[in-house]
Amino acid sequence: MKLSTFLKGGVMALAIGAAGMAQAEPVKVGVITTLSGGGASLGVDSRDGFMLALKQAGDAASDVEVVVEDDQQKPDVAVQIADKMIQSDKVDVLTGIVWSNLAMAVVPSAVAQGKFYLSTNAAPSQLAGAGCNPKYFAVSYQNDNLHEAAGAYASQEGIGKIFIMAPNYPAGKDSLTGFKRFYDGDVVKEVYTQLGATDYASEIAQIRDSDADAVFFFLPGGMGISFMKQYAESGVDKPLIGPAFSFSQDILPAMGEAAIGVKNTSDWSPDLDNEANKKFVEGFEAEYGRLPSLYAAQSYDTANLLLSAIAAADVSDADAFQQALAAADFDSVRGNFKFGPNQHPIQDFVIREVVDDNGVLTNKLVGTVMTDHADAYAAECKM
Amino acid sequence: MMLFLMAAGLTLVFGVMGLINLAHGSLFMIGAFACAFVAAATGHYWLGLAASLLVSAGVGALIEVGVIRKLYARDYLDQVLATFALILVFSEGTRWVFGSFPLYLNLPELLSGAVTLPGGLQYPVFRLVIILFGAAVAIGLWLLIGRTRLGIRIRAGEADREMIAALGVDIARLYTIVFALGAALAGFAGALVGSIQSVQVGMGEPVLILAFVVVVIGGIGSIKGALIGALLVGMTDTLGKALLPGLFAALGGGSGANAMAATVASMLIYILMAVVLVIRPQGLFGAKA
Repeated sequence: MKLSTFLKGGVMALAIGAAGMAQAEPVKVGVITTLSGGGASLGVDSRDGFMLALKQAGDAASDVEVVVEDDQQKPDVAVQIADKMIQSDKVDVLTGIVWSNLAMAVVPSAVAQGKFYLSTNAAPSQLAGAGCNPKYFAVSYQNDNLHEAAGAYASQEGIGKIFIMAPNYPAGKDSLTGFKRFYDGDVVKEVYTQLGATDYASEIAQIRDSDADAVFFFLPGGMGISFMKQYAESGVDKPLIGPAFSFSQDILPAMGEAAIGVKNTSDWSPDLDNEANKKFVEGFEAEYGRLPSLYAAQSYDTANLLLSAIAAADVSDADAFQQALAAADFDSVRGNFKFGPNQHPIQDFVIREVVDDNGVLTNKLVGTVMTDHADAYAAECKM
Repeated sequence: MMLFLMAAGLTLVFGVMGLINLAHGSLFMIGAFACAFVAAATGHYWLGLAASLLVSAGVGALIEVGVIRKLYARDYLDQVLATFALILVFSEGTRWVFGSFPLYLNLPELLSGAVTLPGGLQYPVFRLVIILFGAAVAIGLWLLIGRTRLGIRIRAGEADREMIAALGVDIARLYTIVFALGAALAGFAGALVGSIQSVQVGMGEPVLILAFVVVVIGGIGSIKGALIGALLVGMTDTLGKALLPGLFAALGGGSGANAMAATVASMLIYILMAVVLVIRPQGLFGAKA
């Protein structure tokens, strides 16, 4: 496999060399993502989305070499892998990290060593504002974006009183801050839950006792599954709003009917009507036999962005390669996509509803909440 | 009550056999997966529950015969190491079989929804059922240990292993049975908890820590201690989460009060454990060392 990739690359280089163009050596990409432990479903989707794009690109991706490693959702392991990839695998580009705390451990040192980092998911505010870097691109969003969209949606719907809830860790606090930034109603109660909590009896009791019209919550992974099931059993019927993380395709099947009808905000939806997205969703189902999640979609876009930059510039010419990336000259599955001055996306945010599509739970597009929305930190970035 | 189910098995194994079993959380996970798998395959939740008991008891017996049996005479550190290895083996093994994506476990009609309790409070049916199951297990274990022949042997084995072996009791088989019983309790708790939470790889570890706290507070080797300890820990945790934010805000917390209260609330059970240990180093109902 590796030998044939090399050979193909060599033949390509020869052919192109003969045509008189300066063509690159293979571009090495290191994918660090979570493939074991409780958060593995997010990493598996990230990896699969990335690999699908390369596969669909065919010959155009023949001079791209990929190394994938499992970070076990542990910052120290992620740092070790990054060091190994940079020093002994000699990668040019790193990508794939799902969690913000891992990204904060890896990204600053990787870009300081002159490597490009393309984020398929995690995009902490520290790297969007003053800590921005020409070699760091968030292809996903800025962490606050989806929560901002949820705040805007709640305002548009005329929800006057809301109960908001997130886990007690940095991304959870960013989440509630982002929500409040665009919500103009009254927050009746703000609750921080224990990170990784699986029993929500006391939170649900507080929701029951509050006079809120609706509930906004950010509980990714297993936390969200637990909350949704217990909420459904509790008999409380205040409508729920969440960011797409709480209802992404990787956990929806486990939530079951409890999730039907819940509204959530996203930068992508499986039924977004554009050519790139159709090719992606159909390709993903054919290749892996399941529906793709938000994480897979963002990874797919990341790989296509990378391919577009490789076609336009040589990775060894860092400035040219950076400009090629910043041009974002690829067909995004999200449709409308460009980079802002801090190399974070300017894109549309949509609202989706969980539906039962012939026995499969999935998200259906309801409408657009924000158009060409950037993030709150871009102005602080001096690049 | 789900804490009690978990802790009861742990205390049985730890107190009676003198064995630290970190893989107890894995048995919890195995029970949940067995229940989810069988329930999905047959469409019957009850069959799933039965499967969770059988599978986790079976796996428990296998572990006892294959691994643990060699460790009784060894140092605690060896037991910790071996059972920690078992956690890794079971976690990745489960992932290998079922994949990384969480499984779905649907409650039967009969148990879903909420009922109105006297006093007008809505309460989920399934939580009531868990309380009933927990009470049944508590009474069952109490009868088993205190009133049956097997219980007498278990207690005798706890007191003096060599003597009861000399009296002709097959101590090896007895330990296998006790361990399988502890495993079955963990698996059953996993299946029940999995029904209202998520069934995924790694779900057992957070519960394991809580169960250890319960066992330490209740006193090692005491079923009654496990019951009281579980109630104490559960109440402290829930009341802390519910009441502390208000308290902190009243004390002039400002904007950080919520996050601060959440942090303190998650420390409460450990503070409780520390207080109990200071007053009674052997735990609430532990035998004097």
